[in-house]
Amino acid sequence: MGMFEAILLTVITAATPLVLAAIGELVTERSGVLNLGVEGMIIMGAACAFIATQLTGSPYVGILAGIASGAIFSLLFGFLTLTLVANQVATGLALTILGLGVSSMIAEPYLGQSGIKLPQIVFPVLSDIPFLGAVLFKQDLIFYLSIALVAGVNWFLFKSRAGLKLRSVGDSHASAHALGINVIRTRYLAVMFGGACAGLAGAQLSLVYTPQWAENMSAGRGWIALALVVFASWRPWRIVAGGYLFGAVSISQLYAQASGVGIPSQFLSALPYLATIIVLILISHNRRTTLINTPASLGKSFVPDR
Amino acid sequence: MKKLLFALATTAAVIGFSAGAYAADKAKVCFVYVGSKTDGGWTQAHDIGRLELEKALGDKIETQFLESVPEGPDAERAIERLARSGCGLIYTTSFGFMDATVKVAAKFPDVKFEHATGYKTAPNLATYNSRFYEGRYIQGQIAAKMSKKGVAGYIASFPIPEVVMGINAFVTGARSINPDFKIKVVWANTWFDPGKEADAAKALIDQGVDVLTQHTDTTAPMQVAAERGIKAFGQASDMIKAGPETQLTAIVDTWGAYYIKRTQLFLDGKWETSSSWDGLKDGILTMAPYTNMPDDVKALAEATQKKIESGELKPFTGPLKKQDGSEWLAAGVSSDDGTLLGMNFYVEGVDDKLPK
Repeated sequence: MGMFEAILLTVITAATPLVLAAIGELVTERSGVLNLGVEGMIIMGAACAFIATQLTGSPYVGILAGIASGAIFSLLFGFLTLTLVANQVATGLALTILGLGVSSMIAEPYLGQSGIKLPQIVFPVLSDIPFLGAVLFKQDLIFYLSIALVAGVNWFLFKSRAGLKLRSVGDSHASAHALGINVIRTRYLAVMFGGACAGLAGAQLSLVYTPQWAENMSAGRGWIALALVVFASWRPWRIVAGGYLFGAVSISQLYAQASGVGIPSQFLSALPYLATIIVLILISHNRRTTLINTPASLGKSFVPDR
Repeated sequence: MKKLLFALATTAAVIGFSAGAYAADKAKVCFVYVGSKTDGGWTQAHDIGRLELEKALGDKIETQFLESVPEGPDAERAIERLARSGCGLIYTTSFGFMDATVKVAAKFPDVKFEHATGYKTAPNLATYNSRFYEGRYIQGQIAAKMSKKGVAGYIASFPIPEVVMGINAFVTGARSINPDFKIKVVWANTWFDPGKEADAAKALIDQGVDVLTQHTDTTAPMQVAAERGIKAFGQASDMIKAGPETQLTAIVDTWGAYYIKRTQLFLDGKWETSSSWDGLKDGILTMAPYTNMPDDVKALAEATQKKIESGELKPFTGPLKKQDGSEWLAAGVSSDDGTLLGMNFYVEGVDDKLPK
């Protein structure tokens, strides 16, 4: 295996949780809800996935547990912001703090245990393709899911009727309501989808990336996912581009260090963020496309008048 | 966000104090932790020390602790609160609590303070530290024996003297066995991020290192090493569970003996300020069992440990050169503690440029 393939494999593992959490948050935000609790939902997913795997011995049960816990946890956010019309920013931040605390509490007995790694699914024939075969077709289920999800979300948002409704809710909830679309129900579903994706990202952390439980093991990835949504200007495939760009830069800097390149490590560590900022500037340069894609009702609460 | 957590923590602590106020006949010994007491690394080691202290002197003292206290101005408030609430002796267990501890100590001359890994003292403020580098020297020797390629990987956290000292001790130990031994260093710029630490481990292994050591806090690198079938060293606590066939040994922080000794002095009224920097011989750090290595390597490691404990061997003893080839220590000369505590240069054999 060549060095380039090795780097690519590491990049995929690092980028997958970012892509997953970001694609979920993208759908949530497209419906007009800003959920800053991504970090909290990821860590809950990581904890529950790990616990379920240790209890049953099956990482696939762990994946389901991760997805379910993320979705259920996001319901708390949905109830507070959609039904009780609490402030979305404050509630999202509270969700993150709560998630970090609750996950530490429930998973404490599992500290230091060695986890079970999610097995790879190898596609025959395809995996024999030189170079890319081993990289793309010898991966775990969660990686395949992440790509399928992005494709699915892209189709759903821009090719399906339900997706059109969801976008209309995000752009102008009053008009959507007037058209007879159930704004609150649509947003509940979008929030839960975001939670489920974040939970799956968490499962990736504790079953694939580092098969173990450690407190606060998400280490800020939820915040990067949030930034990725803006970076992608709410377009699904750009999430993949952004996630992999960020992953590629942050991984190559580690490889550069290990090979003894004489660049200060502080600069190399800052590089992924620098690269992200530069691309952001380039993208937001075109104000029209930004405006078209930004959900106009993002972060605004909706109270049906009747 | 951290502030909010901290506010919750202090509120909980205050409730704890009022509940324990009736037991006024026992002296109160308090601890301030930077992380959670179940972090599996640094803070957990301190908490194990606290529990040992309770076990040893539990009839004369009671202990209290505040966990996840952020470094900075919040730490000052936390320490002051403990001092006001009747703590007679307060241990602050992170380098970043240094200035906060100094300030509070000046306000409460009757309360005794002990600060871990710092360098500022006062009549009622002592410091204590551990010679972790002694353990890293032994690890270096083992690495030189175990590595077939003569290259080890080192996952470092932040370029502070403590970490640089560890790297140098490791290289010095390795070069005492194999004069051509080299190490590759990756700075993760974090103490705690399982994912990033695992990525760093992969980057090092992909570039051909066949022994791995770390100065970060999670077991993720150990796991990657196990997966890739190379050997590794644990950090701060015994990480054998993460790599039963991978861990060669680990540096284990054992603060208990120090806490018992100092608290006893405090109870006897004989506590005085000091700057303690104990090592293997004092039991403030121990080596996890030497495993997954041939008997001759194990014998060598044990012999080196004995020599360090008896004082016969000081890890930083010349002839030693700096990375640029200039002389650091002449033959037979050992480094003084001041140079070690402010260490800002590499010794020969480090394949990295020291971040400034």
